[in-house]
Amino acid sequence: MSVVVVGASAAGFATAEGLRRNGYDGALTLVGAEPELPYDRPPLSKQVLTGAWEADRIRLCRPDKAIELGLDLRLGTPAAGLDPATRHLALTDGSVLPYEQLVLATGVVPRPFPGTDGLRGLRMLRTLEDSLALRADLAPGARLVVIGAGFLGTEIAAAARTLGAEVWLVEPEPVPLGIAVGTAVGEFVAGLHREQGVHLHTGPAAAVRDFKVNAGTVEAVVLADGTELRCDLAVVAIGSVPATGWLAGSGLTLGDGIECDAHCSAAPGVYAAGDVASWFHERAGIRVRLEHRTNATEQGLYVAKALLGQTGEPFTPVPYFWSDQYDTKIVAFGLLRGADEVRVVEGAIADGEFVALYRKGNRLTGVLGVRRAKSVRQWRALLAAGSGWDEALAISPK
Amino acid sequence: MKITIDRDRCCGAGQCVLAAPDVFDQDDEEGLVIVLQESPAPEQHQAVREAASVCPTATIEVTE
Repeated sequence: MSVVVVGASAAGFATAEGLRRNGYDGALTLVGAEPELPYDRPPLSKQVLTGAWEADRIRLCRPDKAIELGLDLRLGTPAAGLDPATRHLALTDGSVLPYEQLVLATGVVPRPFPGTDGLRGLRMLRTLEDSLALRADLAPGARLVVIGAGFLGTEIAAAARTLGAEVWLVEPEPVPLGIAVGTAVGEFVAGLHREQGVHLHTGPAAAVRDFKVNAGTVEAVVLADGTELRCDLAVVAIGSVPATGWLAGSGLTLGDGIECDAHCSAAPGVYAAGDVASWFHERAGIRVRLEHRTNATEQGLYVAKALLGQTGEPFTPVPYFWSDQYDTKIVAFGLLRGADEVRVVEGAIADGEFVALYRKGNRLTGVLGVRRAKSVRQWRALLAAGSGWDEALAISPK
Repeated sequence: MKITIDRDRCCGAGQCVLAAPDVFDQDDEEGLVIVLQESPAPEQHQAVREAASVCPTATIEVTE
């Protein structure tokens, strides 16, 4: 057999490692768009951005490990096209790789702000290079505008404040992270940023209308209400889009990501894993695509087993994510978006120490906590069992 | 078997505790990993290998 894995980040690397661990000893090619060996991305907006960690610390795979795993590495060569009928993958360097089994783990790319192509002083953060470049420009007193208060934007704002930059965080939704975790928890996060001196602008008036540009360099971010935020640097963190452009014409179904069945298969001999994979989550009863670091590993390991015929079970993980905001770690299990109700069952949000449950319809769909991580994990079993809301509340201490 | 951890890397997912509850635990607040047995008994070895492999941040290193 021959296996080609496209994408040399967390999901692709987990797949490759999982294949070897589960006994696969055939040809194994790992294709990566970046010239780097696999590395870990969450620290790029956390420890690497603050300078607490050297870049070397986020390596997931060192050269000796790649040799030990017998990887045929094709780094710095993005994939260019796919013909699943004849099972051939084309790379941008002109080479064509035949495969018997293919794993697509190309991840996501940052969503650009419309009409800003080529502007200097406007950054995005996805790669190690992006993080190091941003860090180099965040001297104390530098004026930074962060556009978008999702997980990435809020973490960049926190890291930049830690470095002594003056930070404006702008978000057209009413609260940071509101869509991801609900209004109450979003208000809590807003409070953390205000306490640290971040200038937070939220709501429709804070939508970015325009940029003031001088000689090709952004000098100010202009909000919908006319507010001008002068800056040395602005970072766009308004979400990501699945890296599937190169698959146009392949015949694969591309919606919000590569659409797979409940077993993460997109076509005969083709699997997908990580941020780019949209699959049918049988227990949740919905199609899911996750941009969680933990899912990249979990799904990569699952795909390795599925590809080798070692599991017939569908992929039904309990998602997990965490976020670091200053010295506060937020942890969560489940699917929190679009909840009908968020109820605090332990502690109090005002005390900065709590556990909140998320309900959709009559089901428990998620749990999130701050400074109660161990309690949070105790709800995981109920999520894994597809627990009803009343059943969950009946066992909660409050 | 010897377990070493790089606790700074831990993201508190608790996957290790699910895989090998007799060997790993988490602290109450941040959920960071606690190793209960640094040299676990042979009957734990398979579970410990599983725990190391499912750890999303490669925090757990196992030497055999």
